[in-house]
Amino acid sequence: MKTDNTTDTSKRKFLGGAAAVAGITIAPGVLLQTVQAKPDDQAVSNKVRWGMLIDTNKCADGCTDCVTACNSEHGLAGHDRPETDTQYIRKVTLKDKQTGHVKTLPVMCQHCETAPCADVCPTGASFKREDGIVLVDKHICIGCRYCMMACPYKARSFVHEDVYDQKDHTPRGKGTVESCTMCVHKVDKGENPACVTACNKEHKAMYFGDLNDANSEISKRLKEHGGKQIRADLGLNPGVRYQGV
Amino acid sequence: MVSWFQKNLQKSMLAVSVLLLAGSVNVNAEVAAPVVPKGKGEQCVEPTGEMRKNHMEMLKHQRDETMHNGIRTKKHALKECISCHVQADDKGQVARFGEDGHFCSSCHNYAGVNVDCFQCHADRPQELIGKGHKIKPHHTANFNDASVNKEALQALSKVSK
Repeated sequence: MKTDNTTDTSKRKFLGGAAAVAGITIAPGVLLQTVQAKPDDQAVSNKVRWGMLIDTNKCADGCTDCVTACNSEHGLAGHDRPETDTQYIRKVTLKDKQTGHVKTLPVMCQHCETAPCADVCPTGASFKREDGIVLVDKHICIGCRYCMMACPYKARSFVHEDVYDQKDHTPRGKGTVESCTMCVHKVDKGENPACVTACNKEHKAMYFGDLNDANSEISKRLKEHGGKQIRADLGLNPGVRYQGV
Repeated sequence: MVSWFQKNLQKSMLAVSVLLLAGSVNVNAEVAAPVVPKGKGEQCVEPTGEMRKNHMEMLKHQRDETMHNGIRTKKHALKECISCHVQADDKGQVARFGEDGHFCSSCHNYAGVNVDCFQCHADRPQELIGKGHKIKPHHTANFNDASVNKEALQALSKVSK
């Protein structure tokens, strides 16, 4: 993860454009959106499509609350080897060379509608749930890492070493690929993902909700102010949208 | 009237027969039957016989339902099995998977059936994480036995020489 303010053109290119022109300001308001809890015995349905909206204008430079919250929620302990350590979410820093304007934003699995990872998976381990959350079924994953190569967002990690003391809601083990689960265990209980909850405490840059529900906070915000897809040119229709990039 | 000698003879005969009996038990039971730790609850979610025979099918079915359909009923969930069946002892220590004291491995060690569940899944209830020593998930038996490891290392070093 890049935390200094130097220009990293590869990431800028990857994000599909220069830094924002003008900031979209969103009126501060009550941001603790509630998500409808699903009964335990009911299967997920495609009536719902879970999504996330990230307002990069509010995302503070140097703040890594979302990353910390994610790591502790899922028990992601690294080995001080950044190239191979698991990351579900990371902060990316963008700098406009002309104006010197610096912007940071979190990038994680974008939960694509037509997910390339699921397309290339030879065993069916990578799949999209009916409600739009893209997951790895580690029972079936053989660790071939095709999905990691296919993902344009560099969102997936491979577990290289034995894992101990896993959280009971996030089973993790050596030899499988993993990525952001949109905190599916919390979402099924009607809670927000850990990163969103952490961000809401101070900066309020992340929103979670049902993109199919026109009355949800996220849909209203998207309707009013719009939201960009990263690499929209790929036509993947990701569930994570960004404002201010 | 029974003499002192006779009395003692009877006693010693009894002692010998007891010893013989004990000896025969030892000979016939080379492997002790598993001692399955008691769970927290009163009654399992299914009859014991059913669980013994089909627990793997139930777990597998539930696993797919949860993973792909988001069904999170507790009845056949591994997490619930663990939270009831794996308990800390009086000293607050909890047996890890692989040790005979762990509910799953008490039988699996006996039957010699290896399972991969705990390479990824927690083998203790969440509140007991941090209790008990570290395990090597890829081994099931004797990995904690220092003497075995020492012997293995010595054997290896001999080979390499």
